Amino acid sequence: MTALASGLALLPGDMPVWHARTGDGPWLEAAHRAARSGARLVALWGGAGEAHAAYALPEGLVWLSLPCPGESPACPDLSALFPAAGRMQRAMADLCGIAARGAADTRPWLDHGLWPDSRAGRDYPFVRVSGDGVHEIPVGPVHAGIIEPGHFRFSVVGEKVLRLEARLGYTHKGISRRFTELAPEDACRLAGRVSGDSTVATAWAYCMALEAACGTHVPERARWLRALLLERERIANHLGDLGALGNDAGFAAGLAQFSRLREDWLRLSKDCFGHRLLMDCVKPGGVAADLPPQGADALRRQCDRVERELGALRDIYDGHAGLQDRFLGTGRVDPPLATALGLTGLAGRASGIAADLRCDQPWAPYERLDVRMATHRNGDVAARVAVRFDEVAESLRLLRALLDGLPAGPVATPLNTPAENALGAGRTEGWRGEVMVALAFDAQGGRLRFCHAHDPSWQNWPVLEHAVMGNIVPDFPLINKSFNLSYSGHDL
Amino acid sequence: MWRLLRQIARAGIPSEAPPAADDALRQQTQDLAREILHTLGRALAIRVVDAGSCNGCELEIHATANPYYNLEGLGLQFVASPRHADLLLVTGPVSRHMEVALRRTHDAMPRPRLVVALGDCGCTGGIFGEGPATCGRVSNVIPVDVAVPGCPPEPRAILQGILTAVQRNVHKRGLG
Ligand code: SF4
Repeated sequence: MTALASGLALLPGDMPVWHARTGDGPWLEAAHRAARSGARLVALWGGAGEAHAAYALPEGLVWLSLPCPGESPACPDLSALFPAAGRMQRAMADLCGIAARGAADTRPWLDHGLWPDSRAGRDYPFVRVSGDGVHEIPVGPVHAGIIEPGHFRFSVVGEKVLRLEARLGYTHKGISRRFTELAPEDACRLAGRVSGDSTVATAWAYCMALEAACGTHVPERARWLRALLLERERIANHLGDLGALGNDAGFAAGLAQFSRLREDWLRLSKDCFGHRLLMDCVKPGGVAADLPPQGADALRRQCDRVERELGALRDIYDGHAGLQDRFLGTGRVDPPLATALGLTGLAGRASGIAADLRCDQPWAPYERLDVRMATHRNGDVAARVAVRFDEVAESLRLLRALLDGLPAGPVATPLNTPAENALGAGRTEGWRGEVMVALAFDAQGGRLRFCHAHDPSWQNWPVLEHAVMGNIVPDFPLINKSFNLSYSGHDL
Repeated sequence: MWRLLRQIARAGIPSEAPPAADDALRQQTQDLAREILHTLGRALAIRVVDAGSCNGCELEIHATANPYYNLEGLGLQFVASPRHADLLLVTGPVSRHMEVALRRTHDAMPRPRLVVALGDCGCTGGIFGEGPATCGRVSNVIPVDVAVPGCPPEPRAILQGILTAVQRNVHKRGLG
């Protein structure tokens, strides 16, 4: 841990997080050491005149801050060591004006040249592929289906994709700035809307960061209820995706069955927690409400029912030749490529990267649950489907364990007043992968100086471009869905 | 195959037995479905544009098509192009980056056309508000017929919003 950088101080909080301020040299040196030791770059962002990087080590998170003063602030480039840093650095330049010195790609990323203080031009310089018979297919930002907006440019020969280049940022809403305008307690609602499908994962990470900065300890029961919410969110998303993946491969009955299960799931969430998607159920200091008296039984019964149906549907998916034909070998990211590019979360586990925060760094109450990680080595659509099936089964087990072990006591506590310039970071394993939130209070301790909410989609969007290569254009929706990355969570 | 058939048989048809609270809506919507068919001679075509949402609203739009709400059974249909859409369903606060795309989609629709803004964001800009990166509510960018609050609005509210826009116009002057 201390080998990464000097002056690391352990921050208070539920998760082990070390922080240090560095200079240019140590910033780069730490990145080299992290890369050598196999640490993951979790996030890189700009805030309050500093560049920030967070690395995941076996012992915990190391958060480094690099002050970047001057007329044209800059920091050393990390994308040569961590490919995923490329777009994060470009976003940092767009949002904070801190450039990555020596980076190969310095094109604007989130800035489309339409803000009052834009530094970008209106025309985006796409990479061109030329050659005999190569032509381009531009798609979006508005898509044919009901999905978020983004632009994809395919270079194809016949039906075959030679290259895909995505351009994102269409849903950029100025979330990082908005965090600093809201009262920190209210900003939890914003954290829960960075990516609606991960509202529990992000709100929990935000609360963890806020509670760490305020030195507040959340009651035991609240932690267990938060985990209950997080596992319900995971299952809700997996059920939706499994149906949609069946549908994208021409199996509409799969969509009908899974969307029925998902609807039942959301309705019981509403009955027990007050919101179908569980928005605003996690709040600073605990959870918004306790489980109603009959809630636990209803939740248990639903777990039994879904488990039965899931088994039947898995048999159908596995035994359906047409489906398997579309799933197997499609959109493949093999383990070496996944490792090189830093693929993370569910998609990473489907490509042999055994990382799941609930197992690697079990925070309360996960340290009591012994989570079994689902992994696969094939890295294709079929593997991402299989991991989803396995994870639903495991989360059903976790839900029962959480209901059985739910400790008594209060479900929320008031926040303490934060110290001036207090820092805090939180991490959770959302359904898509690791979500991290890092924030800093101002000198008065009343407002946030910055808050960065990091969705794992940042890491995985560039990998999608590799997954599509060599596949045919009509398989893109299926491959895209098998990753199901967030546009909003990435665009911020 | 037999496994699939067994699963389908076992699951039954949930849309045939709606919860009691649905009854009023169903009555009204069945009448309306007839009216839509009578006026248009086909299903109402809906084009969805996410103008910057958090994706929560999209999740609930998807849910309207599940067997419980049975959107298509009501004579409504999502379509892939604005050129044959009767109604534009817009989610999100409109980000600066989607402003032009939203206007263009709206312009590409044949007249008469309807616009429904969805969710607290579509109605007011929601928690994201208005700022250098967002235009806020949908009506700041294109004219809106009906705005449906909620964060996100539940599937029933989404259907109600769509049907309200249609009903108002079917009764007034054909459609639009
Ligand atoms: S209304 Fe709520 S769910 Fe819909 S886009 Fe806005 S924040 Fe997301």
